[in-house]
Amino acid sequence: MGAGGGGGVRGAAVIGADWPLYEVFVRGKRGLNFVHAGSLRAASDAHAVDRAFAVYTRRGTDAAVWVVRSTDVTASAPAEKEPLFAPSGDKVYRHPTFYSIPEGVPHI
Amino acid sequence: MPVIEDEATFEATVAGNDRIEPRDWMPEGYRRTLVRQIAQHAHSEIIGMQPEGAWIGRAPSLRRKAILLAKVQDEAGHGLYLYSACETLGVTRAELTDMLLSGKQKYSSIFNYPTPSYADVGTIGWLVDGAAICNQVPLCRTSYGPYGRAMIRICKEESFHQRQGYELLMTMMRGTDEQRAMVQESVDRFWWPSLMMFGPPDVESPNTARSMAWGIKRNTNDELRQRFVDMTVPQAEALGVTLPDPDLRWNPDRGAYDFGQPDWSELKRVVSGEGPCNAERMAHRTRAHEDGAWVREAAAAYAGQR
Repeated sequence: MGAGGGGGVRGAAVIGADWPLYEVFVRGKRGLNFVHAGSLRAASDAHAVDRAFAVYTRRGTDAAVWVVRSTDVTASAPAEKEPLFAPSGDKVYRHPTFYSIPEGVPHI
Repeated sequence: MPVIEDEATFEATVAGNDRIEPRDWMPEGYRRTLVRQIAQHAHSEIIGMQPEGAWIGRAPSLRRKAILLAKVQDEAGHGLYLYSACETLGVTRAELTDMLLSGKQKYSSIFNYPTPSYADVGTIGWLVDGAAICNQVPLCRTSYGPYGRAMIRICKEESFHQRQGYELLMTMMRGTDEQRAMVQESVDRFWWPSLMMFGPPDVESPNTARSMAWGIKRNTNDELRQRFVDMTVPQAEALGVTLPDPDLRWNPDRGAYDFGQPDWSELKRVVSGEGPCNAERMAHRTRAHEDGAWVREAAAAYAGQR
């Protein structure tokens, strides 16, 4: 089944036929990023917002949520072996520690 | 890291303590083990609402009612986090519900014990949630990403559960002789079943080695049981209760407590459906699911109209 064969599978190969799956993003309080919190099933977009509040924000009084159908998420292609941009790991000059500054120079 | 495409990359990822994600290639046995474990965990959260939920209306003050209501609501939320994680493995919610209601998948044996005393609310928080935390903290580092992330979320909320239970018991221990006796009686009933929550001894747990090699489990049953006992004994002393085990004593050579073995035949009986409350728990869950049918139908109808 999986591209690797040999009795393997992908977890997400089968998505059920019941309510659509939504991905939930939560912002704990104003000024922060929305962060992926998890997923849930709901009958409609509005229903998904309701459920996201109940399931993922029980302790946040100032929380906001985004929901998006999982099928509407475009992810990096599975077969993409060569990343378009090399990770910054081999571009050490991207990191501030690459540059040596004399001890006595303040605030830098 | 790009998506994992083959067994060698999967094995290397797991061996390096890295995470597997839903779009990755994985061995069918890995997927099946995870579905079983996560589903059992999710079902435990949902069935676990019953023994304490029974006390919401009878808790002795508005404060205790509000706390208990919040806790039981958390259990429902934990169940949903875990069902969502399980669904990323290609199993549907309807299938999971079916497997619970038909008995094909299990839930934790601890929830098949009754809660006849209000002190049980405190004991469940202290011992049962304490044991659950021991089990769950290492699972935050489990190799399957969605499961680990659900566990992190759950563990954060679970510590309130344990502390409210301990505080409840402390309050009763400061009360009358009768209240102190209630606490002791409850601890006597829940101690051994709490130790059973970690599963059978390692020698009788054939899947443990495979699960650990895959990074699904991070510790053996006996390791976690020992950790729980070592954590709990000083808490029992501070509370002023006696743990009902004549063999329980500090072993300076091991730097750990020696303790007796639970009655493993009892665990087998309870797991196979003959515990004191198995039938009641399943009947309640089945009824709740059937009573909720109109809500699911209404939501689907509403979504269909739009």
